[in-house]
Amino acid sequence: MNMLRFLIRRILTGILVLWVVATGTFFLFFTAIPEQAVARNLAGRAASPDVLAQVSRFYGLDKPIPVQYWHFLRGLLGGNLGKSYYLQESVTTIIKQDLPPTISVVIGGVLLWLIAGLAVGILSATRARSLFDRFATVGVLAGVSAPTFVVGELLIISVFVELNRHGISWVQTGYTPVTQSVVGWAGTMILPWVTLAIVQAAVYTRLSRGSLLDTLGEDYIRTARSKGLSERRVLYRHALRSALTPVVSQLGIDVGALLGGVIVVEQVFGLQGLGQHTVNAISQGDLPVVIGFVILAAVFVVIANLIVDMSYAVLDPRVRIS
Amino acid sequence: MSITELEFQAKAVESAPEQAIEGRSQWNLTWRRLRADRVAVGSVGVILLVITFAIIAPLIASLTGHGVDQAFPATGLDVNGSPVAPGTHGFIIGTDDIGRDLLVRIAYGAQISLFVGIVTTAMATAAGVSIGLMAGYFGGVVDAVLARVIDAALAFPFIVLALALAAVFHPSLNIVIGVITFFSWAGISRIVRGQTLSLKEKEYIEAARSLGAGPWRIMFIDILPNLLGPVLVLATLYIPTAVTFEATLSFLGIGIPEPAPSWGNILGEAQSYYQIAWWYVVFPAAALLITTLAFNLLGDGIRDAMDPRTERIFAGSAAARKGRRRRGAAAAAEPAVSQGS
Amino acid sequence: MSDTSVQPFPTEESLGDDVLVRVDNLVKYFPVRGGGLIRRTVANVQAVDGVSLAIPRGKTLGLVGETGCGKSTLARCIAGLIPATSGKVYFEGKDITNLPRRAMQPYRREIQMIFQDPYGSLNPRRRVGAIIGEPYAIHKTATGAERKKAVQDLMARVGLNPEHFNRFPAEFSGGQRQRIGVARALALRPKLIICDEPVSALDVSIQAQVLNLLADLQADFGLSYLFIAHDLEVVRHVSDKVTVMYLGRIAETGPGNSIYDHSRHPYTAALLSAAPAADPDSAAARQRIILTGDVPSPIHPPSGCRFHPRCPKAQELCSQEEPALEPRAGDPASHLTACHFPVEAGEILARAGRRESR
Repeated sequence: MNMLRFLIRRILTGILVLWVVATGTFFLFFTAIPEQAVARNLAGRAASPDVLAQVSRFYGLDKPIPVQYWHFLRGLLGGNLGKSYYLQESVTTIIKQDLPPTISVVIGGVLLWLIAGLAVGILSATRARSLFDRFATVGVLAGVSAPTFVVGELLIISVFVELNRHGISWVQTGYTPVTQSVVGWAGTMILPWVTLAIVQAAVYTRLSRGSLLDTLGEDYIRTARSKGLSERRVLYRHALRSALTPVVSQLGIDVGALLGGVIVVEQVFGLQGLGQHTVNAISQGDLPVVIGFVILAAVFVVIANLIVDMSYAVLDPRVRIS
Repeated sequence: MSITELEFQAKAVESAPEQAIEGRSQWNLTWRRLRADRVAVGSVGVILLVITFAIIAPLIASLTGHGVDQAFPATGLDVNGSPVAPGTHGFIIGTDDIGRDLLVRIAYGAQISLFVGIVTTAMATAAGVSIGLMAGYFGGVVDAVLARVIDAALAFPFIVLALALAAVFHPSLNIVIGVITFFSWAGISRIVRGQTLSLKEKEYIEAARSLGAGPWRIMFIDILPNLLGPVLVLATLYIPTAVTFEATLSFLGIGIPEPAPSWGNILGEAQSYYQIAWWYVVFPAAALLITTLAFNLLGDGIRDAMDPRTERIFAGSAAARKGRRRRGAAAAAEPAVSQGS
Repeated sequence: MSDTSVQPFPTEESLGDDVLVRVDNLVKYFPVRGGGLIRRTVANVQAVDGVSLAIPRGKTLGLVGETGCGKSTLARCIAGLIPATSGKVYFEGKDITNLPRRAMQPYRREIQMIFQDPYGSLNPRRRVGAIIGEPYAIHKTATGAERKKAVQDLMARVGLNPEHFNRFPAEFSGGQRQRIGVARALALRPKLIICDEPVSALDVSIQAQVLNLLADLQADFGLSYLFIAHDLEVVRHVSDKVTVMYLGRIAETGPGNSIYDHSRHPYTAALLSAAPAADPDSAAARQRIILTGDVPSPIHPPSGCRFHPRCPKAQELCSQEEPALEPRAGDPASHLTACHFPVEAGEILARAGRRESR
């Protein structure tokens, strides 16, 4: 019962956040600059006067602000995010096209960094001060200092170029849909995943190592050991649960970082996902795409936070009560 | 009356070697430990080098005869119109895609990166400390509101904000500074708030209240000095975050606009040339990595000097829990921070 | 919050002294909040429950009781650090109860505090000179060289080397740190200093020094002290009047000699019997009164006389009716006891078996 109430509360908060973001977006894009500039932004940099007039009429830019706002909200709720005049397609279509690479990167990247981070962290904690631990320390330091895009570029230069030079063409830049060829898909994904994961894994390694070391020192772990449980049992049954809570809560905060990482990775590896497209849209002055991305990003953040909160509540029952 | 004690003290004073009766403050001890830490000292050296490099950028430009925006298609590009390698025609580390001297641009880029890093960190620290102090000390409604704001700011995907702002207003230095400051203050605030909440209960704070000290005096004269250590560590570790974030934004084209050079936007352009002009990627990347690494190591060193019990780099126990710091949106290159005190 | 145990404080005439501070039926409850969204108050910790007392000018009122009896809370209410739930505090006749900070400011010069923990009561990051000089800074009474001189004079006065004013608290011993605290409290020449267990955390050998210092200062500056402690012997040494508290109420109050020589309340008698006696012979002759049971919770205090569950003399009446604070067994008006069956002269309280109450 508590869980349900918790869930409902979180969902309501999420809806509120989405509404705030939508409103903020509206104000930024439609009211912060003069009407002509808005029209130009929406129509694309190369728009002719006819197109500009058309856009103005379509968006009702001459109407009073509250009317525009209402129009905007209605459109959002109906799933209509406007049309990219630059590309002559509706934004929703563009999004649908761009989503697969983005989703592939996100899911693969997160999984990889979590698994790598936790694995190395757990191993380091259980073998504290061993050689493994020392190597991991150095790795973490390196990982933690590097910006994502630099790592990506360096990986391209070292791995991709080198492999190609030696005739191995499995690893490619660009994107191959999974429907086309799974192997090809993996080949285009592997470097982006590693790039995304290296930097984050470093942080999560440190986090899980520290947290696990903490937990392992607690009295109730000592009790478990003294009961005769095997070390593995102690670890997985008792220690991990509470050691994971900081990791999960950090994940919640990292959702924002994840978005940034994805955008960068798409740019570096030419993945033509939503992130890259949005960045291009900015230089082309094609704002409907940007608006669509902003809203989508907000939805993603809210949902991701919801998932994280749920996991946290599962791990730590105290959260449900507060 | 403890005559004996006075006498005893007088004797102690007389027999002590001639030196100023100056207290060995916490800072004193920290400084000594820091000086002995070779890695930290090395980092300081590197940082000073980078700063020098940035300062003498105009000098480099005049010595090589290449301006920061000057393109030299004749000497700077080869027959195919590609950048020339290091050492050719007086271009010490080569040229970029339109024939500009890479060394000069990287030097000027250092100016921008350091400027952004330090200015944003300074502003974010000032804001973060003030807000954290207020939230922690006043408690009640003030804290309830501020804590929510801090949480929201921490989870906010700032890259999205940067994108949106750049889309509407066109990329500029001011946007970059604004966005980075906005994202940095929250992490500092949260830690300051936590520390303040616990320091608030100390007896000397109660003593200050009983003397009639007002809340502002207590916050800034009694509580803040106890926070300076962790705040210093945090600030030092936020500088590379800011630098990285700026580089990322510039890389994507929504940060520092051309033709002003930033390590990020140089790398953005270099993207298409990595196969034929490795120097175009390697040198700015190296500059970035060296700078961020140096600041990270220095921050670690300061933290360790303040509280030698903390493990270096791998923050064990309380440090990891306390030091959850918001990481840069795209760049994600920050270590967790320990509070240390 | 019952009124039955409250007696108006001793009148000025009976004391023959000028009264500096009057506390009138002070009550301080701390709410215990339940869980859930609204967090209503489900109970109250009755820390101080109807205490009245008077601190004479230039004299020391000793306040004794076990941990948790409310003496520290009472002190902080008087000092204005905690708002009182009800009741009044008068300073030189003026009502200073729950004054807002600005209005309270001038009184802060007159009422100062010395704290128990020599290590916690001084800011470790500030130099001693700054700590002692803080009152001057806050109330803007002296700056620069003038302040420095005043600080150094204070340091000399409390027995510290004035040359050390640039040092940090960490470089001083516990006793010296208490002296720093005393110097700080003395800076603005207050009229009242509330000493919250000032020597409890110090070595016994140092305690005497600090107590002597306090006595000297009282003589020189005409200070009044509210001296809080749990050690009766210490209180005896310094106090003119003694008040014994139990679980938020006053059990007994009166001139020091009366309390020690003719204590009426069983609780007081028990406390006295527990105090170590210096003379081994009298220690052997003395019979310990052993109280059974723990101190009850201040959230649900016992009915009637709060001490009755542990009292060797308790009877039916004690659990039903609160005893009023008044002179008993022929005591003068200055010696008040809240007990239905006070200890008579010559009576020795035997150790008794205990029955459960409530």
